Parts: sequence; structure tokens; C-alpha cells
Amino acid sequence: MTPLLQVRDVAKFYGGRRGCEDVSFDLWPGEVMGIVGESGSGKSTLLASLSGQMAPDRGAVIYDTRDRGPVDVRAMSEPERRMLMRTDWALVHQNPRDGLRMGVSAGGNVGERLMAVGARHYGDIRARAVDWLGRVEIAADRVDDRPTAFSGGMQQRLQIARNLVTGPRLVFMDEPTGGLDVSVQARLLDLLRGLVREMGLSAVIVTHDLAVVRLLADRLMVMKEGRVIEAGLTDQVLDDPQHGYTQLLVSSVLQV
Amino acid sequence: MSISGKMKPGAGMTEYNFAYLDEQTKRMIRRAILKALAIPGYQVPFASREMPMPYGWGTGGVQVTAACLVPEDRLKVIDQGADDTTNAVSIRKFFEKTAGVATTEETARASLIQTRHRIPETPLTGDQVLVYQVPIPEPLRFLEPRETETRKMHSLEEYGLMHVKLYEDISRHGAISTAYAYPVKVEGRYVMDPSPIPKFDNPKLSDCPAIQLFGAGREQRIYALPPYTKVVSLDFEDHPFEASKADQDCALCGSATSYLDEVIVDDAGGRMFVCSDTDYCRARRAAGHVGAQGVPHEEAGA
Amino acid sequence: MYVAVKGGERAIEAAHGWLAEERRGDVAVPELSVAQIRAQMALAVNRVMAEGSLYDPDLAALAIKQARGDLIEAIFLMRAYRTTLPRFGASEPVETGAMRCDRRISATFKDAPGGQVLGPTFDYTHRLLDFALAAEGETPPAPEAVAAQRAMPHVMGYLDREGLMEGAGAGDAVPPDMTRQPMELPACRALRLQALARGDEGFLLGLAYSTQRGYARNHAFVAELRIGAVAVEMEIPELGVSVELGEVVLTECETVNQFTGSKTEPPQFTRGYGLVFGQTERKAISMALVDRALRWRELGEEDEGAPAQDEEFVLMHADNIQATGFLEHIKLPHYVDFQSELELIRKLRREAGAGREAAE
Repeated sequence: MTPLLQVRDVAKFYGGRRGCEDVSFDLWPGEVMGIVGESGSGKSTLLASLSGQMAPDRGAVIYDTRDRGPVDVRAMSEPERRMLMRTDWALVHQNPRDGLRMGVSAGGNVGERLMAVGARHYGDIRARAVDWLGRVEIAADRVDDRPTAFSGGMQQRLQIARNLVTGPRLVFMDEPTGGLDVSVQARLLDLLRGLVREMGLSAVIVTHDLAVVRLLADRLMVMKEGRVIEAGLTDQVLDDPQHGYTQLLVSSVLQV
Repeated sequence: MSISGKMKPGAGMTEYNFAYLDEQTKRMIRRAILKALAIPGYQVPFASREMPMPYGWGTGGVQVTAACLVPEDRLKVIDQGADDTTNAVSIRKFFEKTAGVATTEETARASLIQTRHRIPETPLTGDQVLVYQVPIPEPLRFLEPRETETRKMHSLEEYGLMHVKLYEDISRHGAISTAYAYPVKVEGRYVMDPSPIPKFDNPKLSDCPAIQLFGAGREQRIYALPPYTKVVSLDFEDHPFEASKADQDCALCGSATSYLDEVIVDDAGGRMFVCSDTDYCRARRAAGHVGAQGVPHEEAGA
Repeated sequence: MYVAVKGGERAIEAAHGWLAEERRGDVAVPELSVAQIRAQMALAVNRVMAEGSLYDPDLAALAIKQARGDLIEAIFLMRAYRTTLPRFGASEPVETGAMRCDRRISATFKDAPGGQVLGPTFDYTHRLLDFALAAEGETPPAPEAVAAQRAMPHVMGYLDREGLMEGAGAGDAVPPDMTRQPMELPACRALRLQALARGDEGFLLGLAYSTQRGYARNHAFVAELRIGAVAVEMEIPELGVSVELGEVVLTECETVNQFTGSKTEPPQFTRGYGLVFGQTERKAISMALVDRALRWRELGEEDEGAPAQDEEFVLMHADNIQATGFLEHIKLPHYVDFQSELELIRKLRREAGAGREAAE
């Protein structure tokens, strides 16, 4: 089997300062990789470098495309990369405002990716939008409302629906539960876990919240100062942390 | 139209070049036109000149016309379909003065037609050129205000957003609520703004034997449809494009198929519908057609 | 029976006739001469030359007369005339350091070689209506002194030599000509400055003011403002020498702004630049502030989302001839489009009504 994503020695610098460096891992189909660390640890820079929002200064991000097999994303032409990003990939932003069109109805938000890849039947597009709203627990009668009329949790669920409607294989998530109330977080995590399993998605999830990775991630990487200091199976890392920093991270959570 | 001390009354504008623009500028515009014809629907940037009429009043069309005109041409200028609207009169006089070309109001006799907001009803032929005045050439402009971004969207053929707009129209109004400047796709590639013609005129864009040129002066863009280009109005399979017009016949010539203007005729708000294409209406009446409120042609002419 | 409205041509001619009469106004009042406008409305003439991008005080005065004092209309007349002029070539860059200054002030130094020269400025006048001017009295001659024949080097030069200023940047050898090439974005600084130099004074004033009030604040000091005549020279290829063609009056403003620096580079002041035809100092200062605000990217500053930082926004909307044309074109008939909207709204209302009835 070929890994879905092969990350090789990725590095990104801001002037002389290190964003992230020496990051390598394989992501297998159906696998969820969690990246944890405190703010400034380089995890968001890494996610941006992997997901095509930022060009890494070094290294390779090799994706197993449907038609051509493994291709270095950096070597793709821009049209190819953008096509990938609106079909096979999905990106869930921490702030739903960054990932939604706030002036467009919920149905239009979900339908956009379908239309971008050529869907031209209004009734079908709408039906799929309503179906997806249901899957993220948004009532069908909200389909014509704009996200501005939604609560934070609903906006985040709408963003997830908008991303998953084209059946992507790889989802990047940046603090998907950040900024939400604890009870809302739990519901969203539950929903995400269901969708990931049901669709057999692969995902890279960046978070500072260990509860999120405990629930969602199969494997874990811990980052500090731009480098990966510990990696392994999620339970293993969380239950038996080897690195002093990870121990600190885990214990600080346990104290809460 | 007196602009500078160089113009002598009565002597025309002899100190200006034929059709006002200097030859260098015309050559530059012709290069842009050729490029536009080679890439149908693509907006070619060109160094638009200041013209002696305001931006937004047809400076793009005027420059394209100036670059295309030859002394043998017979020019027709329409605005809203009519030859006698003020801006059409003003532009026609400009070329009478600066190029001394013959002019006509008859669509069939014109070799070059400059238009604002309409395509003539009389089908165009292979030896005619239709020049459109364009205010905003970018069909994506009101979805994305940035030129740098819209150019990228065109180059990558990212037109999903355009359909999102149509989707929103239907979800809100039950129909696509764009009545004019209705976006089209050219030869399956570029999404193009057909200028603010009513969507009734959109089908005439496609498969047209004449050359169609679009000039936007203020926005510095020229684009084109070569003869027999395939032009499709954007829509959904289950909400197909509809070239609608008032559900009436022309009160003067009785035409049931031409685009109609609605005219308020009395204080009580009574109204009648007449052809927007004045030449078409005149020709029909001359051929003996009479509408409900019309009179036979000879009497009207008396 | 109905006869469609005709006579657009006659209406236009009549309107032009009326306009000419209104322009002249009451014939009992003596007519203004172009020479009077040039001499006594000099600042209006300057603005028309600056934004019309054509240095010709007589034509600018004529344009103001023809435009009935509407300066944007006058600028439009100048632009339309300018576009027809043949181009023989480009002049050498003017040497503003050798300017014969009527006014030269620095806000950053109390004094500088060459001195502070106030010149003919409104700055310290009290803005009281002078009713004596209404009485048509002649103004008494101003006291005169012999101009000191001393050099007035750029104040910025002193900061420059100390290494306190950022480099001025070499730029392209031949700057692009925005009247001969379509605007392409992102624009180089030379192109931006060109667009700002002919941009609308009011628009730039508003933008510059917004930077002072905190929308991309850049802490500008006027290092130097100078107004005066410079020689325009052109190299004649056949002769192989530069020939002086004449003089133009310019206003130049150099601002020294907040400094930048990094670990690798010591802090340096940054600059903004304004250069405008004629005595047009409000415009020149505004231009310098907006120029500086637009340079945020190259100086590694934050994008604050401020209007004055937004190159596309500024450059696409600074030209008052483009703006006024497009704004006023909505006066033109749009009844074909409106008709199309009418049909649509009626149809939608019919359908909505039918839908409601069906629901009831």
C-alpha cells in the first residue's frame, strides 16, 4: 500500500526564525494524525505548509493522486494544486469566518464546491446541500439562511459540511474546536469522529487540546520550537510520554 | 464638441487624424483587437486613451470603432436600440466630424455598428462589425472586487463562484434574477460579460456571422467574439436560461418577437409597448405592418 | 397616435447653445480673459495642469474659462487635448536640487543651508474675508529683497549622508508610462507615483488624512517642501547634447517617516515622495503620505487593511476623470436594462403571489 501523504524533511522559515524544520511522516489511508504543541510551536506553520496555503522552503509533500499516483505537491502547477484543494482535499479553519462565505446562504456555501467541479443541476445541488446539513445536524429549513444567523458551533459544522460535500480523501483541520464552548466542543468532536469513520477519511489535525487528539487521532506528533520531539500511537504517547516536554504537557492537562 | 484652439469652426477637425486617434494608437488598439479575436472572450488589456467624451460614455467603443473605421465604411450608432438617443447622436456626430464617413440608421446598410445596451433585431451578416460599449468588462467583478484575483480566477478557470451567485438568486427569488449583462461562457472557456444588453439579446451573441468587438475604455480592456463563436448563457439544467421580453406586441409595428420598451403615455399611468430597435420598427412599418396603435407608414411620415 | 420621442440632435445643439450663454453669464459684466485667469486664478490653473498632466498655463486657463470654473471639467479638457499631442521624446529627469525656489521649508530642522523661505503662502494668514478685495483696490507692492544666490541642497541629503535614510531605490531605468501602457498590478513605485501625481487632490487628501488618523499611520515629518522653477532638458540624439527646452514650476515634498530595521539591518528612516506640477503643496504632501503608506509590503510592515495601503484600491480610484465619467454615465438612458428588470420583477412577483395563493 502507498501512503496517502508522504512528508519529507519539510522546513519553513520566517526570515532567520524557524517556523518548522525536519518534519517527516507518512499518513496512511484512513488514518488520522494529530499534531499537538503550545502556540508558537510551529504546528500551524506545518499545517499551512502541508495544505498548500504556504510554500515550504525545503522538503517534499508527496500526495498519492487518484490519476497520477504520488506527486510532490510543490511541483504541481497552480491549476492542478487548486483543483486538488477543491476536490480531494479539504481545509477546516479554526475560525469558520475564514472558511465560509458569510454573505452566501448555507446551501450556497455547501453547494460551491459541487458547482466548482461542474455540478449544474440546481435541484440536485440543493438536495445534496440539505443532505449534508442533516449530516452535520443543521435543520433543513436553515438551508437559505446565511451563516451570520448561525451560532459558532453551527458555523463550524457548516464549514465541515462545505468541505466534505465533494467526498475528499484528506482533511486538514486547524484547531477545529477552538473558540467553542466545552459542551459544543464535545458534540462537534463526536460528529467529526463519526464522519471520519464513516467516510474513511484521512486527516491531519492541529490542536493544543489533548482531548481532541485523544478522541480523533490514531497517531500523534508533539512539536516544540518548530521540531517534532515525540511521535507515536496516540494512546502510547499520552499514557507513557517519553520526552520531558510531553510529560509536562500531559500532566498539565491531567491537572485541569 | 469644441475642445481646443486647434479646431476651426467650419473646417471640421482637419488638424486631427482620421477618426481622431493617431495612427500609432490605432495600431496599438488593432493589435489588442487581433489578440482578442484570437482568444475569444479573454479580456485583453490595452492602453486606453483619454477621449473627448467622458469615461463611461462609450470611450472604449469609440476607440475600437476609431481603430476599425476606414473611409469606405458606413457607420450606424445606437444607444438603447435607438439611433436618435442623445449619446448615439453625439458619437455619430463625432465620427462624422473626425472621420467624415457615411452614416446610416439602417442596420442592413451599415458596415460597422457601434452599440450601447442592444443587439439590433435584424440579423447581422458576415461583412459587418458590431462594436459594444462596455462599462464593467469583468463578469466576476461584483463577486470579487480585486482585479488581481479575478484575472487569476479566469486563468485557472475557477468559475464556481459565478454559479454560486446564480444559485443564491434561485434560492431567494425562485429564478435567476439577472436581467441584463447576463454572464456567458465563450467556447467552453472564458466567462464573459456581454455588456449590459438585456438577456433577451444573449442568444444573438452565439453563432453570429459578424465580428463582435467589446471595448471598455475606463477599465482598459478589449475582448471579442469572432464570427460563429459558440456563446452559452450560464444557467442550471433545471433552471434553464430564458431570453425573456415583455409579453406584448409592438403597438406601432405589431412585432411579436422584438424587444420592447415600455412607454408611459398619460398621467393615469397608461402605457404602451414599442420596439426598442427604432430602425427595425420603421422598416416593418414601411413594409406595411401596423400595430394596434400604429398608423400606416405613409401617414406617419407626413 | 403615439410618435416616439425624436430630436435628440436638436436638443443637444440647443443645450450647447444655452451652455455657451450661461458660461458667458451677464453680458453687462466684463468678460474674463484667459490672461486674467492665468494670472489671478493661478492655483486653479496649477491644479488643472497637475491633474491634467499637461504643463501649459494658458491652455489650463482657457480650460477653466470654458469649464465655467469646474476644475474637474477643465482637467478633462486638458486630458482630452493632451492625448492627441504627438510625442517627440522624453526629457531628462529634472534636477529638483537645482530648483530656483520661491518657497522652501523644512519641518525637521530649524534651519538648513539655503535657509527657510516662506514664499507666497496662505499658511500664516488669518482666514478673514478681505472686503477690500471686493472694492477692486490695487494691492500695494510687496517689499522686495535681492535673492541670495546660494545653493539650496535637499535637506534629505544631510540625513542621507549620515546613513539614516533608507536607500532611494534604483527603480527601473525607464519608468513605465501609464498613458501608453495599461495599468498592471502590482505596480512598481514609479508607476504608483505617476498615478498619484495626476490623481485627484481631494481623494489623495482624504487618504493621506486617514493615515494620520491611524489607518496605516506612518509618522510623517515634512523633511522638505520646495516650490520653484526647474529647467527641463532633453537630449537630442542628432546633436548628442542636452538642450534646455524651458522651465516648469514644481512642488516637491519629501517626508521622513518612521524607521524600520531588523536584526541584520540597523534602523533607518523611511521616505515618502511627492512631486506635482505648479504650486500645489496640499497635493504634494498628500502624495508623499500616500506613497509611503503604499510601500508597506516592501518595508515589511503589517497589512492593516487600511484604504491607503491598498494599492489596487488607491490606483484604480484616484483618477478623477475616470471617476467622474463613470459616475455621471448613470445619467445616460438605461431604459432597456431597466425594462428587463421590470419584466423580471413583475414575473417574480406573479410567481410569488401564485405560490402564496397555492399555499393558502
